[in-house]
Amino acid sequence: MNEALENMSDADRAEHLRKLIAGEYPDKRGRYGPFGGSYAPETLVTALKRLEQGIHEFLADDELQVELRRELKDWVGRPTALTHARGLSKRWGADVWLKREDLAHTGAHKINNALGQAFLAKKLGAKRVVAETGAGQHGVATAAACARVGIPCTVYMGAVDIERQAPNVDRMYQLGANVVPVTGGDATLRAAIDEAFRNWVADPAETFYLLGSAVGPHPYPWLVQVLQSVIGTEARAQIIEAAGGLPDIAVACVGGGSNAIGLFHPMLADSGIEMLGIEAGGLGPDLGDNSATLAAGKPGVLHGTYSMLLYDADGQIQETHSVSAGLDYPGVGPEHALLKTIGRVTYHSITDDVALDALRECCAFEGILPAIESSHALAGAREWAKENPGKRILIGLSGRGDKDMPTLSKHMSFREAAE
Amino acid sequence: MQLHQKISVALNAATAAGRVGLVPFVTAGYPIKDEFIKVLSEICKDGDVVEVGVPFSDPMADGITIQRSSHSAIEQGVTLNWIIDQLAASDIDTPIVLMSYLNPLLAYGYEALAADAAKAGVCGFIVPDLPWEESEHLRAALETQGLGLVQLVTPATPEDRLEMLCKVSQGFIYAVTVTGVTGGDQSMPAEVVDYLDVVKRHASIPVCAGFGVREPSQVAMLGKHADGVIVGSALLEKIESGEDAAAFLRGLQG
Repeated sequence: MNEALENMSDADRAEHLRKLIAGEYPDKRGRYGPFGGSYAPETLVTALKRLEQGIHEFLADDELQVELRRELKDWVGRPTALTHARGLSKRWGADVWLKREDLAHTGAHKINNALGQAFLAKKLGAKRVVAETGAGQHGVATAAACARVGIPCTVYMGAVDIERQAPNVDRMYQLGANVVPVTGGDATLRAAIDEAFRNWVADPAETFYLLGSAVGPHPYPWLVQVLQSVIGTEARAQIIEAAGGLPDIAVACVGGGSNAIGLFHPMLADSGIEMLGIEAGGLGPDLGDNSATLAAGKPGVLHGTYSMLLYDADGQIQETHSVSAGLDYPGVGPEHALLKTIGRVTYHSITDDVALDALRECCAFEGILPAIESSHALAGAREWAKENPGKRILIGLSGRGDKDMPTLSKHMSFREAAE
Repeated sequence: MQLHQKISVALNAATAAGRVGLVPFVTAGYPIKDEFIKVLSEICKDGDVVEVGVPFSDPMADGITIQRSSHSAIEQGVTLNWIIDQLAASDIDTPIVLMSYLNPLLAYGYEALAADAAKAGVCGFIVPDLPWEESEHLRAALETQGLGLVQLVTPATPEDRLEMLCKVSQGFIYAVTVTGVTGGDQSMPAEVVDYLDVVKRHASIPVCAGFGVREPSQVAMLGKHADGVIVGSALLEKIESGEDAAAFLRGLQG
């Protein structure tokens, strides 16, 4: 199967891209070329079909869409700003622009998806929402969105993540969510998704699973892309207006890949825009030391989708590492797997240390504390700028770094840096 | 005779003998890797068909017991390759069904898997994260060896889909009795009987009921509406606590 992907002809690549841009992907089987699909337990097959039908009705419901847009404006604070990064532009010898999802309500792009899906859950008559969370950003966004639309929610979170993202756990409780620690498996995002699925399997008729990334069985990767595309649609119009033209490159970090797909998807047809996705290189290239799925993975099935995946010779999913909980995931959305295969997006990885260094630079020269996840995109953009001087760079700043303070205190001393 | 027909034949023989067919499940190599074949031989004394679980790192359709057994087996180095080698070297003649999530099968390679599994005495597969619509490639490989792919139906499956799945299933039809994961201890809802009768009506091969089967009374009740019962988590818990697994299985049949 790997060989078939590597030997894809240029004509095939072009055809896949055409279908993606034309909205012919995902196809009827939920596929993006060879990737995607719906590898779900039989208990969920009917629930997933109902969800897909519900999404079509939701998108065609003009009244609901008007209400959602109003909420995105008045409650989330959209459109988020596009900031000219004057300090970074000067330092990198480039024209750098930041799409400020850190300014969205609850501090990251996750709210775009959470609010949209909470609306959908309500429309479908769900009695409760379950969600998984890694860094806690999706959990907080879901808790807030569910409080806003008035639906109870339970968030599954790995015990390891609960410890390293403690402030977000308290925020979820304050917002009325029930947070359930997951001690099974690797006790991080992956185990939390396993557990959220199990909970959904127990009550598929009345539970709505509010999945936070562009992964999972069809129709989730598509639903998340549709709801996150507000990022790229806004940024495209904003940069034309503010900078007088499109960027030469768009850069975003990729874990499951929701903020990146939101930024990239609306610009896929702009052939002049290069695209760069940055994965978590963790401690280095050895298996288990990173979460660079597209760089080091191979096609496989996890959490309902056929995509690139980190697993060993026996098919067991690999433990991953990243300093950022939000990128610490062994899989990636199927649309990214296709975008890599057809060469429309290039994917690199950035190690923990380099990402933290880019975070510090953004703090010092822009007065913005980015999330460690987003700092991977900053670092990737900086490396690209070195090779490609004088270009216009659009960076998806997916979230703010307040949640990362405990990790940052451990990894670097700002006082030392100042001295 | 195709390999998957051995499964149906064994379950039909139980019915002919006036018994409820018994399909015990064990996670391969649990609790002790080296005792896999010993444990399996023990449960084969009472099992008409045995289900062997291939451990997976992310068993999303399974409850805590099978999560625990899978984790332990992986820690001890149990792999699909090892399981097939062990089965091939054993003299077990009870029909074996391998239960595995899809990714270990993908990693093994479907064609090699079908050939090696058939030689090892495996008659069919159960793949909980592979719905019918995604199963074409695996089925094509299994068919070359006469291996079956057992389909699961659940109380959440609409009747037209249930009818389709009953037609295409091979070996037996796995009727999940509860909406949930394996190993629950909630009592079987009364609607289970009606649901099983619907499954039975559409079935031309044996129907086995599973998920949360623990008590002789449940076996007696389910046995009136299905040809066999699958016992997994409850059996693993007996094996874990060092109790006599064979005696437990015999006791279930009343």
